[in-house]
Amino acid sequence: MASHVGTTPLKERAAVAARVVLAAGGGYGIAALATALLSLTLPLPRSEAVAAATLVSFALMAGIVVLVFAMRTLLRATVTLAATALALAGGLWLVMRGIAP
Amino acid sequence: MKGSFRQSMAWLHMWSGLIVGWVLFAIFVTGTASYYRADISRWMRPELVRVEPTDGAGLAASAERAVTYLKEHAPKARTWFIGLPQPDHPVLDLFWRTRPGEPPGHVTLDPKTGAEAAVRDTKGGDFLYRFHFELHMPPLWGRWVVGICAMIMLVALISGIVIHKRIFADFFTFRRDKAPRRSFLDAHNVTGVLALPFHLMITYTGIITLATLYMPWGVTTAYKGDSQAFFVEANWITTPRKPAGRTAEMAPIGPIVERAVATWSEPLERLTISNHGDANATVVAVFEEPHGLSHEHPQIAFDGVSGEILETRNGGLKPAAKTFTTMTGLHEAHFAGPALRILFFLCGLMGCAMVATGIVLWSLARLPKPGERSFPGLRLVQALNVGSIAGLPAAVAVYFLANRLLPVDLAGREDWEIRAFFGAWILAALVPLARPQRRAWCEGLAAVAVLCLAVVAADILTIPGHPLRASGGDPLFLWFDGSMLVLAALFAVASRKVRRYEAPRRERSARSERAPAPSSVPSPARSPARHTEPTHA
Repeated sequence: MASHVGTTPLKERAAVAARVVLAAGGGYGIAALATALLSLTLPLPRSEAVAAATLVSFALMAGIVVLVFAMRTLLRATVTLAATALALAGGLWLVMRGIAP
Repeated sequence: MKGSFRQSMAWLHMWSGLIVGWVLFAIFVTGTASYYRADISRWMRPELVRVEPTDGAGLAASAERAVTYLKEHAPKARTWFIGLPQPDHPVLDLFWRTRPGEPPGHVTLDPKTGAEAAVRDTKGGDFLYRFHFELHMPPLWGRWVVGICAMIMLVALISGIVIHKRIFADFFTFRRDKAPRRSFLDAHNVTGVLALPFHLMITYTGIITLATLYMPWGVTTAYKGDSQAFFVEANWITTPRKPAGRTAEMAPIGPIVERAVATWSEPLERLTISNHGDANATVVAVFEEPHGLSHEHPQIAFDGVSGEILETRNGGLKPAAKTFTTMTGLHEAHFAGPALRILFFLCGLMGCAMVATGIVLWSLARLPKPGERSFPGLRLVQALNVGSIAGLPAAVAVYFLANRLLPVDLAGREDWEIRAFFGAWILAALVPLARPQRRAWCEGLAAVAVLCLAVVAADILTIPGHPLRASGGDPLFLWFDGSMLVLAALFAVASRKVRRYEAPRRERSARSERAPAPSSVPSPARSPARHTEPTHA
């Protein structure tokens, strides 16, 4: 396989690179958004909510990375991640507006 | 990706593994050694002898000497850290921090006189320990690089589990007489699967130890970024106090120490003194962890001016905060007694072996077929494999050797030890580029064996109090030298195996059309039929 590196079409390589970027950026972004949102919304004392959210964030990120590479097309992976991120960001915005004075 | 879920995971496993493989190997080796960090430090400071625990009055007197020294030599520092003498580290370890970004000052004092201790200048096991999570880079950079590698390791573990069709049978499968790729694959599977719970635990808990650095966003939103406030609310630290801006004479440290020692039964480990000379001076007494999985040091904060207790922290963590500290505790294995510690150490070694066999497997799977040109990166990957798998252990051995052979009064001695470490590693990484592959392996592994033997020889020759030379010597030296001998034997056997290795005849006659000449690399004609993905079935 690697000995055919020279023959790998550019398009395929770009697709792989895009997935890497999506997995890393999207995975971290969603994990970060989820941590922020859960820290504010978990029905626990503040410090507990932050600790719990931070603890699970890395499992979440690993899951998203696996998901991105498992999805059949890059487009579907991008849409799924974008939708999730949008939902989380929207929730976070609402919650933060709610607690802002 | 194209193909099935399992195929996409095989692809992910292979590439994520290769990209960070060499760094992960270094992290695993230094991390595994760090289970014996205190012992390594003690071995590297042979001038120190084990003493009986110091009582409260003795600790108080040595703390007074420490403060006297710091007042004279670090009057401008914002924070002083005083490591109090312990039975296996009977000196005062002083650190002070003047401003952020500047490396902290450090000195080791004799607790009985307050003069600088007659101990060779060395970072000891702390160098390996810090390398494990900072890679000897600027701390923030190093921690992020290690964190990213750990995250990729986690992904590699998960995808590795997915691509196993028969994870249970792999416990018992090791086909050492088959083609090299097959044996390496089996070795990779055995070391990976057998210690899988350990690998998952150590990777995840490793990320958790620095979680608030990597994932600060909960603190950002819930605490407006004030991580100290979070740590206080989680019951991890005592409340920090800002300087009041008014000068005030500090209370004598002796009575504070005696009061701290009388409060709890755990040994008092260190003092943190902030804002000395200010009305808000604070002395935090930090104790050794009580027995248990969780990583939490009992603490007492004293007002530095009045000497009164401000607050105490001892347990009482809420569930999530406790989970956090338990994960950190699991990673550091502070709780492990000698037997469990050996088990952790062996699991760590299996982790090293898993990473090492994984990256070797990658290059074995890419050996050119007859008549095919090898792709340019392969040579580099092969050389880097030798440079890390044999090179890093060689560098660690040279680090130990430098500790024994450098002149004791050499200026900047601890830096020279570290230079020796990196010098050896760079050399070990460059030489394989110029050598044939098999010779490079053979010589690299043999060099590690020789260096380990040299460490033992240097230890016996330069330490007059060595138990083999004088009765009543510290048995630590015997244990350390014994482990070095075991390592030397292991590497010698590995080197011999590489030199003597011949592909099994069965494979050779069955697979090759033309008689293969003995080559320096295992001939690819003998490797099993190549699929687009490594076969894990």
